[in-house]
Formats: sequence, C-alpha cells, structure tokens
Amino acid sequence: MTLAITSPGDARRRPRTGSISRDRRWALRWSFFFLGVFAIFFLTPPVYMLITSLKTSAEISAATDPWWVHHPTLGNYIELLGSSQYLTFFRNSALVSIIVVTITMLIAVPAAFALSRMRFWGSASLATGVFLIYLVPETLLFIPLFKMFAVFRDFTGIQLINHWWVLVLLYPTLTVPFCTWIMIGYFASIPKELDEAALTDGANYRQILLKVFIPVALPGLIAATIFAFTVSWAQFLYPLAFTTSADQLVLPVGIFTTLVKGDVFNWGQIMTGALLGAAPPLIIYAFLMDYYIAGLTAGATKG
Amino acid sequence: MVDAVVESSQLSAVGRRRRRGGIRRALQRRSSIAFFMTLPLILMIALLVIYPALYAVHLATLNKSMEHFVGLGNFAFLFKRETFWMVVRQSCIFAVTAVIAKALIGFVVAHFVHNVPSKGQRKWRGMLLVPWVIPPALSCLAWLWLFDPSYSAFNWILAQFDIDPVPWTGNAYWARFSVILVNVWIGAPFFMIMYLAALKSVPEQLYEAAAIDGANWRQRMWYVTLPMMRNIIAITALFSLIVTFANFDIVRILTAGGPIDRTHVFATWSFWLGIQGNDIPLGAAVSLVMVPILTVAAVFILRDINRRGNEVS
Repeated sequence: MTLAITSPGDARRRPRTGSISRDRRWALRWSFFFLGVFAIFFLTPPVYMLITSLKTSAEISAATDPWWVHHPTLGNYIELLGSSQYLTFFRNSALVSIIVVTITMLIAVPAAFALSRMRFWGSASLATGVFLIYLVPETLLFIPLFKMFAVFRDFTGIQLINHWWVLVLLYPTLTVPFCTWIMIGYFASIPKELDEAALTDGANYRQILLKVFIPVALPGLIAATIFAFTVSWAQFLYPLAFTTSADQLVLPVGIFTTLVKGDVFNWGQIMTGALLGAAPPLIIYAFLMDYYIAGLTAGATKG
Repeated sequence: MVDAVVESSQLSAVGRRRRRGGIRRALQRRSSIAFFMTLPLILMIALLVIYPALYAVHLATLNKSMEHFVGLGNFAFLFKRETFWMVVRQSCIFAVTAVIAKALIGFVVAHFVHNVPSKGQRKWRGMLLVPWVIPPALSCLAWLWLFDPSYSAFNWILAQFDIDPVPWTGNAYWARFSVILVNVWIGAPFFMIMYLAALKSVPEQLYEAAAIDGANWRQRMWYVTLPMMRNIIAITALFSLIVTFANFDIVRILTAGGPIDRTHVFATWSFWLGIQGNDIPLGAAVSLVMVPILTVAAVFILRDINRRGNEVS
C-alpha cells in the first residue's frame, strides 16, 4: 500500500530513463483503485440511507437483498413531508440555525476586527483566550448550564428549558470562538496600508470595517458563516438535554426521539428523515465546497 | 438598558471628537472603541462558558439533592466505583485508537488524492469529504440501521460468503469496535483535507533536491514530507483527540453506552447520570474528570500553533 502511495513520485523524480511513463501509469491505476475502495467505505452509509428511504416497510421487513430496491416508492418522502411534526422539526432547525448565524456574525466580526487591528490592554491574551474557549467541548458545559437555567427560572420565573429558542443562547458558545478566531486570521492578512489610507481619508472605524474589511475578507466571512450554520444544524447534545416536547425539537433530536421509539423502528421513514435533514448542509457543501474547505483548514476545525 | 444608552452616547461622542481631533486623537481613543466592539464576545464567554465551568466545580462538591457541601465526596465515590474506571479506560481506548486510525487513513488517502492528476482531485476530494458534512447524529442513524441485529446489511453480505452474523452492537468488543469504526468514518475525511493542504504546501524543490542527492521514497518521506507536515499532523491529531475524547453523539445513538456500560465514554456517562439519572453533582464530577486530559492537549496545541505562527512570519 505504501509503495503505491509514493511510487508515482518515485517515478517522477528518480532520474531514470525508460520505464518512467509505464511506472507512472501503474501508480496512477493503484491510486485510483485505492481511492475507489475508500470512496466506497465513505459513501456506503449515505447511499444505504437513500436505498432504504425508497423502500416500503413491507419490503424492508421481508429481509430480501437489503442493497437493492425492488419496488421503489416515494411514499416515505410524501408521508414525511406531509407530517406537520417533521415540518416543525425542520422549521425549528432552520430558525435556530439562521438566528445563530446572525448572532454569531454580529458578535464575531466586530470582535475580530478589534482584536486584529486595534491593540488595547489585554487584546493579545483575549485572542488566545478565544482560541482556548473554542477547545472547551460542549460535553463539559451542558450540566452546569442545565442547572443554571433551572436556577434562573426559580429567580425570574422565565422558563428557558424546553423552548427551541434556548438553543439560540447556547449555540453561539460553540460557533463564536471559532468564527472570531478565523476572522482574526483573515483580517490580520489585510495589509495595514489599506486601513491607514482609509483613516487618512477621514473614515471612522465603523466605515473601515463595513467598507474595507468586510468586502476584502468576504471569502473568510463566507467560510465562517458556513461553519456556524453547519455546527448549529448538526448539534445534538444541547437539544437532547434542553428540549423535550415534540414541538420544540430540532431535526437530529426530533428524528432520534420520535421516529426511533420502542421496539418498532420504522427504518424507511427514519432514513428518509435523516437524508432530508442532511440535505441542507450537503447542498451548501456542493455549491460552496471551496469556501467550506477554506474554513476547515483555516483554523483546524473540530474533528 | 441605561448602560446601553450611555455606551452608545459615549461611542458617538468618541466619533465626534475623533473627527475634530484627527488621527492622533483617534489613536488615543481607539482602545475604548475596541473594548466596546469586543464587549459582546467577552460577556458571552464570561456568562456562558467561564461561569458554567466554575459552576460545574461548585456543583461537583454538592450532594445529590444539592443541599449541602460534600467536598470531594463525589470524586471519592466515583474513584471507588468499578464502572468509573471502566469509563476512563473506554474513553482512552476510544479516543486514542480512533485518532490513530483517522490519522493513518487520512494520511494515506491524502497521498492518493495528491497523486491523482489535479483535474480529478476536486472530484475525489468532494466525494471523500461527504461523511464530514453530514450531521453526525444523522449519519449515526444510518450506521445504526447498517448494524441492526436482525436486518444488518453488513451481515447480509457476510451471509453471502457463509460467514456467521456479527453482533455489531450486541457484544462488548464488537460494540467498541463499531463505535470506533463510525468515529473513524466521520473524522478521517477531515484529516485527509488537512494533510492534503499540508502536502500541497511542501515546496517541490525540496523533493528535487532530495532526488538529486539520491534519496529513495522512504528517505524522502522521512526527511522531507514528514518534517514539513510535522506541525499540521500534531495540531490536527491533538484537536481530534480533544473532540473525540469529549464525543457524545456516536456512542449515545449507536449503543447508548450498552451493552452493560461497556461502551460508555465520559460524555455519555455524565449525561446518563446527570440529566437522565437526575444526579447533577455526580454528572458534573464525571465531566470534570475530562479537564486534566483536555488541558494537556490544549497546551500542546497552543504551543504548536504559536510555533507555526513564528515559522510563517
């Protein structure tokens, strides 16, 4: 296997005459072969989701060939898209994600601008702190937050737990540190002459941010937005801990708790729901792949 | 409310003064503007990250009904329990094995993609990153269905070769294997992307120089590729170690910690005790045990990131 990885480089770089092109062609074939094997491994679950989603419950329980659809049907899709419960999950997910993305950008962009351009007391340690906060996993915070919100209710009478909008409070803790961190990087790469020129022309900081920095750092902004959206769309622990009523759930938890119940699993519908739920991030990824990857590699995302 | 009004009037006053005083005055004032721009960030971190983290320490010192202080009683209780040490061991096995497997697969696949002509690279890269894009909770449902005890599609394939069905999530060892497998499936594409970016940043001249000096592929890998990628390999692995160690979704959905707690990791066990078992102090104590390990990883990441920054500049 290792031979196959490096042999094309081998052939390319060793100053040898004769069989170079034949060696390269073989190395390329091996590369394609192994890439094919890995692609099968990586794509099996989503493909299997699609296969199952096209089957009727009868066909699933008939225990025939699970990898082939004998009587394809869109019944699961029609049923799910007609069910008000599923549409509620979808709506909750969409609302939470859009609001979280907005809040994240409103907090992260000015903060990143200030931290990258306007030195003030403690700005360097705050930038490092933002990065460290990003490393704090949500699994460390959900229990104290749960208790905090219960205490908050006892004091003020405002019930936060079991409302979908409580997630709007929680998700920024996951998205803001990373978005601030990568925006600091993008802003820092903008040449100083640009904002000095704007300052000399009499622009204030708000104008510099809105008319110089945001347009120039737009690719970074898109990458950060995509990150914030995918994180809030995929988050599972917080909604599982903080929401329980069926009409307050977001997609991942909604599918998990309402469709997977008891001993009777309606797998056709679960797979359809999961596939439709995975669709928005997948569509964004398909159209904005370069920004998506730029965001991934910019600050070493969670993995 | 009043504060907000004061702030905004201050800000506009600052703006007015600056326009009159020119650049020098602006520079003098900019630290206060900067502070107000970072204020929402500071407030959010203080209220929703730092405070809960400290509150967790406080909670961990209370008894179950949270009425009186028991000091380190919760930890003493945990350290005496067999299950706790099992969870520690399982979390470590889970994180270390998964990170090593992800790093190896990511490294190998990155090389394959790098070898393919650049026209096709985009297509392969796009296909191979799909597991990372699907929300983990949803792809875990697909795995759960692939592992189903009676309808497992994998077992169906095995049956075609007359191999006995595998109890993917039924038996302690297979369940641990399955959980790690799914984690590798989700995380390996991320490593692939990071390593591919690192591979592309290695200057071609270095390989040419090595080739002129007569280095074979193993030497080129060992003396050129790996040293050049060292930092990215370290940062990615440490990041992944933190996230994998604190992982919740995969275990919760695939096994819910079973069979008989044999796949519980810190996150799922503290959820089980704290939220489902209603013993918030004990759950907080369990999740706090993660902190020392996470801190060590975080310190190393910070060191490597700073070093990378120095190299660039």
